[in-house]
Amino acid sequence: MKQAITKKNKIVTMEEALEHISDGCTLMYGGFGGVGTPPTLVQGILAKGVKELTLIGNDTGFPDIGIGRLVTAERAKKVIASHIGSNPNAGRLMTEGKLQVEFSPQGTLAERIRAGGVGLGGIFVDVGIGTIAEDGKDKMVIDGKEFLVETALTSEVSIVYAKKADSLGNLVYDKTACNFNPLVAMAGAFTIAEVEEIVPAGELDPECIATPGIYVDMVIPTKGVNWKWAWQ
Amino acid sequence: MAVDVRNRIAKRAAKEIHDGLIVNLGIGIPTLVADHIPQDIHVLFHAENGVLGTGPSPDPGKEDPALCNAGGFPITTVMGASYFDSATAFGMIRKGYIDITILGALEVSEKGDLANWIVPGKRVPGMGGAMELAQKAKKVIVLMNHVNKQGESKILKTCTLPLTARQSVDVIITDMAVMEVTEEGLVLKEVMAPYTVDDVLRNTEATLKIHAAVNTIE
Repeated sequence: MKQAITKKNKIVTMEEALEHISDGCTLMYGGFGGVGTPPTLVQGILAKGVKELTLIGNDTGFPDIGIGRLVTAERAKKVIASHIGSNPNAGRLMTEGKLQVEFSPQGTLAERIRAGGVGLGGIFVDVGIGTIAEDGKDKMVIDGKEFLVETALTSEVSIVYAKKADSLGNLVYDKTACNFNPLVAMAGAFTIAEVEEIVPAGELDPECIATPGIYVDMVIPTKGVNWKWAWQ
Repeated sequence: MAVDVRNRIAKRAAKEIHDGLIVNLGIGIPTLVADHIPQDIHVLFHAENGVLGTGPSPDPGKEDPALCNAGGFPITTVMGASYFDSATAFGMIRKGYIDITILGALEVSEKGDLANWIVPGKRVPGMGGAMELAQKAKKVIVLMNHVNKQGESKILKTCTLPLTARQSVDVIITDMAVMEVTEEGLVLKEVMAPYTVDDVLRNTEATLKIHAAVNTIE
């Protein structure tokens, strides 16, 4: 029988996790329209009063859902995302000059985050050539074909949501709540996972682990979603 | 747009979908297309938030918050469905595995240029996954109103708004007509009754070639 490695227990309290999230930090988050965004950590960041954040993630959620809650409360100075349309507050704050928004096509954004998480400096992509998405970007010709040079993205702190974790921080995701989470988990200098269920090391099937615990620094149990979904 | 008009456009779009294809549906009228596909046609619907093989909406009370489409609404899955992360979802798109994508648009040019993500200074939602889908899907079908709220043509010689993708649209289906982007230009193939060919021409800024046999959709 294999011996489970238990020398480092990554399970902490929310307070311990929040010590790592402070004013002005670059915060990357998982989720797509709030699905797969960690609700308890978002609540904790709100309650702690953290501000001046640079947020990096797919979208700005909805006004009262997901990362949208931080945007609505004006806790962000900048957002790098593919879409802000489902949160009118993001567009309003951008128009008022209170929020800087940098758009990246969604697949390009995913790969930039992945690149940051796997030690690459950037990627070559032809998506957006011939549109304003290419403005200010270097180009590279490979085998006669033109590509944009898209830089990698990393964060000081990444927050992700998963179905299950073990004490080593190995993560298993749930259906479409996976989305950007495994990429975001890799790209953080410090990564905090909020999870529905915590099990001892050795209990998760290694075949099912989407994020190896090496990428995860802390795990907290979720208190569950504290918002109403758009369809409810 | 009235519900019956939206469904009429969706119903016509559904005819473009054949057995065995991989299809990505955008938000709005494109979402309705799934309701008009005959039972004996099997397609795999791709949703860019990480699922291949989406099924109908769940019954009330059976929603799973961890199982939604790219519009954020609960879905079910069909037999053979798979889940994956966002990098894989877009890897499939970039590699050209999406046979058909059906999108909305603000403007389309006669060369098939698509503008659907930004009205500078007014509405700036962002491109989401539209650039990848428009540029990389094998066939791009646009569903939209023929004219905008000011009554101006949305089908133009040249788009005025920033583009989503150049020369990407293959078919345009509106409340008035069905048009195809071809090497010879934009061709009017069908008109939606009660509109006539003249109505369509009058409401189209782009140069429109008229197919030898224009069908009328009753």
